[in-house]
Amino acid sequence: MAKILGGITTSHIPAVGNAIQKELYDDPYWKPFFDGYPKVHQWIKDTKPDYVINIYNDHGLGFFLDRMPTFAIGAAHEYRNEDEGWGLPSLDPFPGAPELSWHIIESMVSDEFDITSCQELAVDHGFVVPMQLFWPGAPNNPDMPRAVPISANTVQHPIPTLKRALDFGKALGKALRSFPEDAKIVILGTGGLSHQLDGERAGFINKEFDQYCLENIVSNPEELTKITRMELVEKAGAQGTEFLMWMMMRGALGDNVTEITRNYHIPISNTAAGTLLLECAA
Amino acid sequence: MTDLPGHHYHIEIPGTTIFDGKQAMKGYALNKMCYDFNKAENREGFKADEEGWMEKYGLNDEQKTACRNRDVLGMINAGGNIYYLAKFAGIFKLSVQDVGGLQTGRTTEEFQDFLQSQA
Repeated sequence: MAKILGGITTSHIPAVGNAIQKELYDDPYWKPFFDGYPKVHQWIKDTKPDYVINIYNDHGLGFFLDRMPTFAIGAAHEYRNEDEGWGLPSLDPFPGAPELSWHIIESMVSDEFDITSCQELAVDHGFVVPMQLFWPGAPNNPDMPRAVPISANTVQHPIPTLKRALDFGKALGKALRSFPEDAKIVILGTGGLSHQLDGERAGFINKEFDQYCLENIVSNPEELTKITRMELVEKAGAQGTEFLMWMMMRGALGDNVTEITRNYHIPISNTAAGTLLLECAA
Repeated sequence: MTDLPGHHYHIEIPGTTIFDGKQAMKGYALNKMCYDFNKAENREGFKADEEGWMEKYGLNDEQKTACRNRDVLGMINAGGNIYYLAKFAGIFKLSVQDVGGLQTGRTTEEFQDFLQSQA
């Protein structure tokens, strides 16, 4: 049976993609952000995951308002990033894992999570930037695991509740642990932390709330399910709702996790950037 | 606009528009035009003939005016969603700090200072 090694969270700000392309790792603006990743690189090198479940939120590339799935799971042989409107370079395709995708889909629906399966799915910066951060040169990194993208809706309200996100993660964890292959899996939760791009409140960041979320997501994620969706918008900012991805990731890890590394930095672009690596008990 | 959902499902948060069913219906044409800016040919099409392009997507007068004036808050009021509007901003090479400044009455530098001040 497959084993979940752990989970990694990171912000997925588009500007990070540009900074990687320009190799601004030692630039004074970027250094405090990129300094959060060497420990993650070492952990990945030591543990060598076979599969990566990339939980992100699409920002208007893979989905539009004509059909907006609350939870969508990719089931393709490969995933391509496409032009998001800013002329970002297109990369080689990320290899998929359709047999794992369909196992997850079967298991989730059997556990009464009604998800949307996608045999074609263009992936945006929410998926790509974390891959580039964790596997430098991605997808052309020799250790690049095969990927299953999972996207949750944070574009249009109503968005899922924090409890639903955590429960989704629990069901996902059950699905992964029942995959009949001796494989090692890592789960990414991308996006966040506090930020708001739109309106007169644009630029809003909330360090205190972020710290509360970072503390609790490690050891007491159930506490965070008390936060209502409107409270999340109010305290994390309109786009800080991406914290739902962290909850989904956390749910899949089970109760016993060890924090390997954490980084938090304000600001990167308009965002409070957070990174966390949690390892599952052996 | 009597065909829009009438009930409120959210609290009021100052300076924040909750993009819900009401906004999604109101802004559909504007958001669809902006979503299609994912493709370079549509960005070029818009640049070549802004008025014709907005007409083709069926934007209403409020949406057209906001687009003409590059008025981000006006576009949001007209139902625009920031994730799609970001693609509109991309045509003019505006960063999210430029867009933040435009919405909050700050220069880009002042907006960046504001972000930094919250560290």
